[in-house]
Amino acid sequence: MSSSSETGAFVQTPSQTVGPFFGYALPYQGGADVVDRTHPAAIRLHGRVFDGAGVGVPDAIVEVWQPDESGVISTELGSFERDGYTFTGFGRVPTTRAGDYTFTTVKPGVAVAGGVAGVAVAGGDATGAGHPEAGAASAAVAVAGAPYALITVFARGLLHHLFTRAYFVDADGAESFESFAQTDATLSTVLADRRATLVASQDGPGSYRFDITLQGDNETVFFDFDA
Amino acid sequence: MAETTQAEISAEIAAIASEVRAAANAGAPPELQARRDYAPYRSSVLRHPTHALVKADPEEIERTSPAFGHTDVDLFEADLTIQHPGEPLGERIVVAGKVLDGEGRPVRNQLIEVWQANASGRYVHKRDQHPAPLDPNFTGVGRVMTGDDGSYRLITIKPGPYPWRNHLNAWRPAHIHFSLFGSAFTQRLVTQMYFPGDPLFALDPIYQSVVDPAAQQRMVSEYDHDLSVPEWALGYRWNIVLTGPKSTWMEQDDDHE
Ligand SMILES: [Fe+3]
Repeated sequence: MSSSSETGAFVQTPSQTVGPFFGYALPYQGGADVVDRTHPAAIRLHGRVFDGAGVGVPDAIVEVWQPDESGVISTELGSFERDGYTFTGFGRVPTTRAGDYTFTTVKPGVAVAGGVAGVAVAGGDATGAGHPEAGAASAAVAVAGAPYALITVFARGLLHHLFTRAYFVDADGAESFESFAQTDATLSTVLADRRATLVASQDGPGSYRFDITLQGDNETVFFDFDA
Repeated sequence: MAETTQAEISAEIAAIASEVRAAANAGAPPELQARRDYAPYRSSVLRHPTHALVKADPEEIERTSPAFGHTDVDLFEADLTIQHPGEPLGERIVVAGKVLDGEGRPVRNQLIEVWQANASGRYVHKRDQHPAPLDPNFTGVGRVMTGDDGSYRLITIKPGPYPWRNHLNAWRPAHIHFSLFGSAFTQRLVTQMYFPGDPLFALDPIYQSVVDPAAQQRMVSEYDHDLSVPEWALGYRWNIVLTGPKSTWMEQDDDHE
């Protein structure tokens, strides 16, 4: 088969840019609404995608994939046909002419689904499902890591998509980003002077801003999970 | 300022290719992926990260993927030729293959999205100003879920090459855009499938951004006469390999259905 090399290994198919013409293919109705605006925990997650000249990128498409507010990772179908109630954890939205994107979602909890080895969940309930308090209680006790949403960026000019994480920090400072950095294994490896690019900071009631800078002095930290 | 010519772009492509050959001769491992910074593709210049990516162990959210299924994708979406009252113009083709992971295991019940230009090389997109005709019977968007063996099958029209503004007289080789989800978000892939023997490969900075010749071939479908349907369509086979993090998560239950 063409995708296997002489050694018999299955070698990855290379990435190519999403190009400029995805606009009638990838965006979909409801893509921005991970939850409905009437959801009691609904927040706005928004920002601008900047290029290396500080100009907004009008032809990017941003995806979010995150646990719900209690840290449960959804296995529900329905991301393409929202029913307004089911949390699927996935959203996708193209940037505007200014380079802006907006999701309606919830602040993620620390992911607990699957019970990752090394993460002791208080009370022995590894699923977290149906126990909204479990995530919060264990966060204070034993959960390693800080809550975040996985953000993926595609754009014309990006030959390979970029992964980053939006860590939510409230304006009241109840959870400080520096405390996240002490408990989160990944954050602790990110140079202190670049960590701030991973903050979705509260810019209003129920609103968090997460700008994505593709290149330059304030370049967002992008991750390679293929370590 | 005079527009960059194809000759200038081709010279840049050749210079990078000769560096790659020299590195390979010196024993460097092949570059499996597209370069993020590939100057002949002008749009990449201000849009690639200049800091090294931060290596991170994937956590639970990165080891899983959103669930898509029959309630998200209708079976007929795999046929791009039946979305309108009439038949689209052009060469009807079957595109089929398997989606596999790095161990050769099927990536089952996962979403594939495709989009493409019509037979004349025109997208149904308001920013596409290429003066070629739109086809009222062809939108060029499809979706399909992989089967239990990782297989997929699409019916469509062979897309035409089209001009773009990277440089003077720039033309993209014919391609179909693919977007794939694997069983982990780290396997996410957006790429383009090409057709064998396209004379534009050598001239195209996007294709050439994958600098390793063997890696380039992984983006090219092969004509498969066994896939062709008598009196009806020609068949192209393209297998896709999604790799993810190589350690610690092999036993994930990826059954979303
Ligand atoms: Fe294209």
